[in-house]
Amino acid sequence: MNKVTCDACGHINPEGTVLCASCGKPIDKNQHIDGNENSNLLNMRYDGTARRSQTYNKTIVDKVWNFFSSVKVGVTLIVITLVASAVGTILPQEMYIPPNVQPSVHYKDQYGLIGQIYYQLGFHNLYSSWWYMTLLALIGISIVIASIDRVVPLYRALKNQRARRHESFLQRQRYFSKTEVVTEEDKAKVLASLKKLRYNITEENGHLMAEKGRFSRWGPYVNHVGLIIFLIGALLRFLPFMYIDDFVWVREGETKAIPQTNGEYFIENKDFILETYGDSEEDQRFAEALERQGPVAKNFQTDAIIYKNDGAEVVGSEPDLKVLKEGSIQVNHPIKFDGFALYQSSYQLNEFESMSFKIHEVNDEEELALASFTVDLTNPAYEYELDNGFRVKIDQYFPDYYLDDGEPRSETKYPRNPAFVFFVYPPNQEEPEVSFAGIGRNIDASGQNQYKIGLQGFDVRDVTGLSVRRDYTLPILGLGGIIFMIGVVQGMYWYHRRVWIHPKENGWWIAAHTNKNWFGLKKDIEKAIQNTNITMVKDQQDNNEK
Amino acid sequence: MEDLISLSSNFLYLAFIMYLLATFFFAATIRDKRGDKKSKTLNVISISITIIGFLAQTGYFITRWIASGHAPVSNLFEFTTFFGMMLVFAFIIIYFIYRLNILGLFTLPVALLIIAYGSMFPREISPLVPSLKSHWLYIHVTTVSLGEAILAVSFAAGLIYLIKEIDQTKSSKRTTWLEVIIYTIFSTVGFVIVVSVYNAMDYSATFEFTFNNEVTTVDYHLPPIAGPNDGTLLTEDRMDEIFQAPAWMQGVNAARKFNTLIWSLLAGLVIYVLARMILRKRIAAAIQPLLDRTNSDLIDEISYRAVTIGFPVFTLGGLIFAMIWAQQAWDRFWGWDPKEVWALITWFFYAAFLHLRLSRGWHGEKSAWLAVIGFVIIMFNLIAVNLIIAGLHSYA
Amino acid sequence: MGKIEEARVRKSQKKKIRLLFRSILLFIMFSALIFALVSNFNKDKAVIGVSDVAPNFVLHQMNGKEETLELSGLEGKGVMLNFWATYCKPCEEEMPYMESLYPEYSEKGVEIVAVSVDATKLVIDRFIDKYELSFPVLHDNNGQVMDAYNIGPLPTTFFINSEGKVVEKIEGALTLNRLESYLQQIQPDE
Repeated sequence: MNKVTCDACGHINPEGTVLCASCGKPIDKNQHIDGNENSNLLNMRYDGTARRSQTYNKTIVDKVWNFFSSVKVGVTLIVITLVASAVGTILPQEMYIPPNVQPSVHYKDQYGLIGQIYYQLGFHNLYSSWWYMTLLALIGISIVIASIDRVVPLYRALKNQRARRHESFLQRQRYFSKTEVVTEEDKAKVLASLKKLRYNITEENGHLMAEKGRFSRWGPYVNHVGLIIFLIGALLRFLPFMYIDDFVWVREGETKAIPQTNGEYFIENKDFILETYGDSEEDQRFAEALERQGPVAKNFQTDAIIYKNDGAEVVGSEPDLKVLKEGSIQVNHPIKFDGFALYQSSYQLNEFESMSFKIHEVNDEEELALASFTVDLTNPAYEYELDNGFRVKIDQYFPDYYLDDGEPRSETKYPRNPAFVFFVYPPNQEEPEVSFAGIGRNIDASGQNQYKIGLQGFDVRDVTGLSVRRDYTLPILGLGGIIFMIGVVQGMYWYHRRVWIHPKENGWWIAAHTNKNWFGLKKDIEKAIQNTNITMVKDQQDNNEK
Repeated sequence: MEDLISLSSNFLYLAFIMYLLATFFFAATIRDKRGDKKSKTLNVISISITIIGFLAQTGYFITRWIASGHAPVSNLFEFTTFFGMMLVFAFIIIYFIYRLNILGLFTLPVALLIIAYGSMFPREISPLVPSLKSHWLYIHVTTVSLGEAILAVSFAAGLIYLIKEIDQTKSSKRTTWLEVIIYTIFSTVGFVIVVSVYNAMDYSATFEFTFNNEVTTVDYHLPPIAGPNDGTLLTEDRMDEIFQAPAWMQGVNAARKFNTLIWSLLAGLVIYVLARMILRKRIAAAIQPLLDRTNSDLIDEISYRAVTIGFPVFTLGGLIFAMIWAQQAWDRFWGWDPKEVWALITWFFYAAFLHLRLSRGWHGEKSAWLAVIGFVIIMFNLIAVNLIIAGLHSYA
Repeated sequence: MGKIEEARVRKSQKKKIRLLFRSILLFIMFSALIFALVSNFNKDKAVIGVSDVAPNFVLHQMNGKEETLELSGLEGKGVMLNFWATYCKPCEEEMPYMESLYPEYSEKGVEIVAVSVDATKLVIDRFIDKYELSFPVLHDNNGQVMDAYNIGPLPTTFFINSEGKVVEKIEGALTLNRLESYLQQIQPDE
């Protein structure tokens, strides 16, 4: 590593420096790095400092490092990710297709050949694919390395910069002017105005530098730090401790263990409420829209009690529940306790809760009830002692009845279509009559029954579907977001402006630079030289192009 | 209540007319070559009319909010008109920084077109589904549309730059693409005209067709150039379709939307061809002389400045607020819903834009093309994602 | 040692430090990437897998003399832990196999425990009667044990050795032969 000594001011610069950090004189042999040799104006990015990555290239580590240090690589990664993200929206992702279909079949059926190719390429799960995650990670790596490689030299350069600048540096600034004669009075006026505009003024042998908003130069690095924190937060979600994501169905009146809490918390669903628009006076204003769209849901709500289990040491043992919290869960208003949050996310209406039956004589056309009984569908009794000496035994219970090759079975454990095989013992009889009864079904097994079981009524209840979340990464993600916002605002709403004043014989050379908003800088200079005879700076970029 | 709603829509009409009027005044300032006191008065009149229009639209917004009980940003009509309003607001801000009339001549028509476009969708006050019932509705939507509106100003400036700087003496890829942009704008005009005309005529034709093994009907409000796949016309006295939409088009309304698209493109083509015939040169070439006195560097800077102002606002509204709300409403701050993904794409795009400009020196024309592409992405997310890719955000 | 020499030493030291810094940072970042990829890959896999310790639980026992059964009470024995339900057809098919092997293997120190995830006791009781099951059948009423073992499809069977570690985890029904070979695997040494 060879140092470069500036031949004008003698400052020792690191190899790869384009503009001397002290006086700004272009270092001849490095002008190609920022493309200055073909332009009248100096490229001022990173103030012409040596970005280390451009200067060494030896070990494999250095090569990898340099690869990621390049902004070109960073932008390329962003563009690839952008295109990949767009591809993922061409067809719905797997999580948005109906839950009960096979993806391999669904994509082909719905979208034909395109769908099949899409599925084969794994684009149905694009955003959790290894290569998409790798792309995001590579962007992260690029952010870290590119920032380190730039912020350090830039910091040093801005710290070391001197008010006195080389003439070739000044002449090749975008804003530049020469004034032959400047009176002392005008000089004082300009300085006063610049101070009034909140410029910091440093002086070196009559050479002046007015500077403001340097901190905006750190904006990009601050926002990159924010992004990295955000990515770290996202990474931590893979730790089971940091991030829990589960789901639970709870029936009205049911108390259930909240999954992933090791039986520590329970939830009771007291009531599930579904409201739609159109009932109240207030909703009249939506009448037109409702007529066009059909019914619109107004509120999904679960009134719930959260319990803490004080008794459980072993999973499955009888819980000892203490009320922890009581409240309602609505969309947009999750219930929160001890780091957990429960979200209203799904529901099923009118699941059967209980059914009541009556016994009547087969021949009785009026179907007069001789006895009746109610079966609790989640906890049916084995036997029912009834009026008039009847006795009913449940032989078989099919909560979700269907016929499988002529054999009655249950499809699930949920009482969606309950059916029973009853043994009916008429008064003083030892031999039962066998009856099959369900919704819309009533079959006499032997064909010789004297009594018939008929459905009298049923009660239904709703089931609420709640998402269970515990996410300790949220504060980290939030912090990352805040830092990012601070960084972008700092970098974009403030500007680093510098005005160099170079005494030349009886006059002044003025040169100025800003990292953005040249219009604003021009206004500042206009204000500064107001009511003086100093020549306004010229935008040399105009000459450059024409 | 009825009064309030009609008052609200009157405000919107007023705003629309004011914007239209302001556009003409801004055009007059461009043609005016005197640069004396009179032209200054003209400037003041132009921007004043714009501000009156903006206030009128604010009136629309507030009265509609009161009438509906929620921020009127919840369906495609409300959101699109609000975006137009924010575009005017962003223009007013930028105008007071740079005092550039030409920007008004380009931004206001875009805003007009956006509002007119939005008005083609159902305009009645609609109720909020539970997931939208949150303060974050207006916090998120207003910030994101303000951010996108500021970015859209960057597009207007970029377009001015391109029309001024691209060499129109010979035909090239750049001139062609510029004409494509103009044609797209004309197609939007075409859409507004065609839909308005047929709405006024109360046109309706019903088709019956099979979708997902179920027989469904769809109402066409434009004559069917493309009918539903395997559909039959039910309404009498209506022309039958010219051809059928391809089978791979998904969704009950896919064929109808496809038909609307064809109509818009055709109407745009008619307008474009007429304009070419009258002007006898490329549209951009015809506009170019108007921009003679415009400073390209300043336009380039405005385009860039708009991005630097808009990008943080967009990030805040479109990503951060969006995530906070999504966490509350859908129990996850990010779910790769198409609308979310396109917000991310927009963000990636402008991040790339900024890096290219800062580090790789993409100024002037390159930067202007990027500003145009950025706007295309924004409009795609605002409109196409809702209409084509249905997701959680589909209101229409 | 001259000044030039000194400078060279300093320079090479500086270079070493830089290399070290870059290597460490790159290592950390790529490790994070690999961690993310591996975690993502394993995301859908069960929490309790082969060579994990089977979590303890206690549940109501539907048949036999005992009221409840606690897994830790079976320490020293091999345990076949079967998750099933009455409505699950493949579960039903393997029940007779389990019943037929149970007398022999309970002698050899292997216990068969079947955890039903059904909702109602009645259906389980009827099922036990139908197949005359003699091994302990437990009722996981709240789905807590199922949750603790992160059960996906039914049936799912864990073969747990005498040290309480999972030796095999099988999703889906077992044939008689396969069932027996797994039972042999968890048979405690004499």
